[in-house]
Amino acid sequence: MSVSVMAAILQRTMRLRAALRPLYPHSTLTCTARLSPADVHSPFLACGSGQFVASTRKLHVEPKSSPDGAPERLPFSKVTEEDLAYFRKILAGRTITDPDLLESSNVDWLKTVKGSSEVLLRPQTTEEVSQILSYCNSRNLAVNPQGGNTGLVGGSVPVYDEIILSTSLMNNILTFDNISGILTCQAGCVLENLSLYLEERDYIMPLDLGAKGSCQIGGNVATNAGGLRLLRYGSLHGTVLGLEVVLADGRVLDCLATLRKDNTGYDLKQLFIGSEGTLGVITAVSILCPRKPKSTNVVFLGCETFEELLKTFQLCRGMLGEILSAFEFLDSECMRLLNTHLKLPNPITDCPFYIVIETSGSDQDHDSQKLDNFLEKAMASTLVTDGTVATEQSKIKDLWSMRERVTEALTHDGFTYKYDISLPVERIYQLVTDMRQHLGDRAKSVVGYGHVGDGNLHLNITSPAKDPALLAAIEPFVYEWTASCQGSISAEHGLGLKKRNYIYYSKPSQAVALMGNIKAMLDPKGILNPYKTLPDDLK
Amino acid sequence: MSGRVLVGVKRVIDYAVKIRVKPDNSGVVTDGVKHSMNPFCEIAVEEAVKLKEKKLIKEVVAVSCGPQQSQETIRTALAMGADRGIHVEVAGKDYETLGPLQVSKIMAALAKKEDAQLLILGKQAIDDDCNQTGQMTAALLDWPQGTFASEVSLDGDKVKVVREIDGGLETIKISTPAVLTADLRLNTPRYATLPNIMKAKKKKIANVKPADLGVDLTSRLEVLKVEEPPQREAGVKVETVEDLVGKLKETGRI
Repeated sequence: MSVSVMAAILQRTMRLRAALRPLYPHSTLTCTARLSPADVHSPFLACGSGQFVASTRKLHVEPKSSPDGAPERLPFSKVTEEDLAYFRKILAGRTITDPDLLESSNVDWLKTVKGSSEVLLRPQTTEEVSQILSYCNSRNLAVNPQGGNTGLVGGSVPVYDEIILSTSLMNNILTFDNISGILTCQAGCVLENLSLYLEERDYIMPLDLGAKGSCQIGGNVATNAGGLRLLRYGSLHGTVLGLEVVLADGRVLDCLATLRKDNTGYDLKQLFIGSEGTLGVITAVSILCPRKPKSTNVVFLGCETFEELLKTFQLCRGMLGEILSAFEFLDSECMRLLNTHLKLPNPITDCPFYIVIETSGSDQDHDSQKLDNFLEKAMASTLVTDGTVATEQSKIKDLWSMRERVTEALTHDGFTYKYDISLPVERIYQLVTDMRQHLGDRAKSVVGYGHVGDGNLHLNITSPAKDPALLAAIEPFVYEWTASCQGSISAEHGLGLKKRNYIYYSKPSQAVALMGNIKAMLDPKGILNPYKTLPDDLK
Repeated sequence: MSGRVLVGVKRVIDYAVKIRVKPDNSGVVTDGVKHSMNPFCEIAVEEAVKLKEKKLIKEVVAVSCGPQQSQETIRTALAMGADRGIHVEVAGKDYETLGPLQVSKIMAALAKKEDAQLLILGKQAIDDDCNQTGQMTAALLDWPQGTFASEVSLDGDKVKVVREIDGGLETIKISTPAVLTADLRLNTPRYATLPNIMKAKKKKIANVKPADLGVDLTSRLEVLKVEEPPQREAGVKVETVEDLVGKLKETGRI
């Protein structure tokens, strides 16, 4: 890498610090990156190893200045008896005000953020959602759309007393065309239920994630969820064909086309995919579904080094290319947590790295042949030191659990600091190693796992209890490291509440400003999911 | 003692698959449905391989009765550590009516032919839930049986078996040769690791016909009908206690 490129990276980071200065008014930001001639040849220089020292930042005490702490309450109206009477009129029996029933909807899945909403609304139709939003807009009442509440960045629960608008009762499947494979359904359909419905008809959903038993398709679309099948079927930006969205003032935007190709005007649905409930409430989705593969195989492999893991990925791509449907990794620390907290035994011998490979194809014999050839090559070249294969449903489920349940195992290990980062594939594990070195004994566990095939790392750190000093050591070190590789500080989890102010690490301020313009145009009063996704300094 | 252990493995519909009854109620749909080794047979294979690893026995032979595809099931056993396989070919009509009595006769014949020290089977198959083959085979051979085994230990020419029974656990000591049937808690079957899967490809599977063993496959049983269990009705939610009492009275419960 040339010195001029490194200088450019350094300059960019300096600009970043300048942008963040308003958020750290009492801290001293000093950049101490030393670029000695020897470093020019170091392949890892640009991405935060050793020489690139993170700034020393004094921890700020007042929560309102901390980038991921809660902002001050904006001047929305408070809910009155009149408001409740209105809601009860249009949603008889589905206006919840009982504090016990509200409890679970006020807290996120990770149990790290808690709101104080006093009203939970459960509409069943788009019309009801339209009435609710129209009313709330006129009354200047803030609304927090909520699906399965499985989000990991605090975007699905209220910060203050925002009214929770739950799509849980909007769970009807509307149509399914088994020639085109196009499914239309309401936004509150649980992903696993959609999968079961489709599997009976010889199709599958184009996305799959560990939270499938609880997450709803509307929420998946609102967060542009990635998941375990993205490698094969692509992102929701490609598979979602249409959306029905209710805008902040109650207008119903019907873009629920079921056409594979439609180039008539601006593709508005793309705005809402990944908008995290801040531009409109998604009420229905039409999505293109692939055929259910006749032959599925899952392989669980062990590698000694990350370099070998990447070479295995190359080999896999070459020999299994067209049938490859997932390529995931986890490290030995993840295995330790699975063994300890969930009593899941290691299917193979202990190795530093593990890979989960899934193949999906239309012919069992052809796929077995391809898989056998790949496995023989992988073992003969000693890229892989151990492994096992599963072709039966039950065994496939067991092997997938080793990857899917890491998130669950982490919740038993203590307070979790989660980072979902996109990086160039060859750099992925370097961040984990550097973080371990950087934190030393301060953290309980530092683990890395994720969609290595997509360049997406899930870096997780645990401590026995929430520890501000540890958090200060982790952030902004992790964000700066990511920015120095031009990576994304949130690959698939979104920004929500927790990461809204870090957007500048991955997007230039001009882009963020334009996002603000769009938000102001679609939601002038800012009632949709306030305090989320866009940074505080945008107001 | 020959030090040879025979393990019976059955190819059944995978336990995670949703079972469908054929429209003519003659049986369940098996075409194109995922099959795998019966879970209790896996436990039986694991126990046999463990005994070999402890050097208490010398050879593990996996046996399966069924069509061509049964060979896959034998391969799985070989990948788990069995040394060789025997595929008893039963196909078509004969396979549809194949039941515990015929399988017991085949197993008995093979056990004698191979001079087996032990015959280990799963306690029952998850498709028919018969729980008969082990017991019938022991009777045909006039060998002792240790069924529902949750713990097995070899001691010279005797076997100590801890059995799971309704009242708790029963420990018995039987002499070999003997028939054992594996229960759930006997062990946790290993995953077949890649090196073993590769090795298994080279292991031998012998082909045998039931007639060669002098076994008559005619069944004395005829399946008249196969039906789905009655659909579980959805519950009804009521708003008040009065409604609840009303509903209970309506359905004649009170």
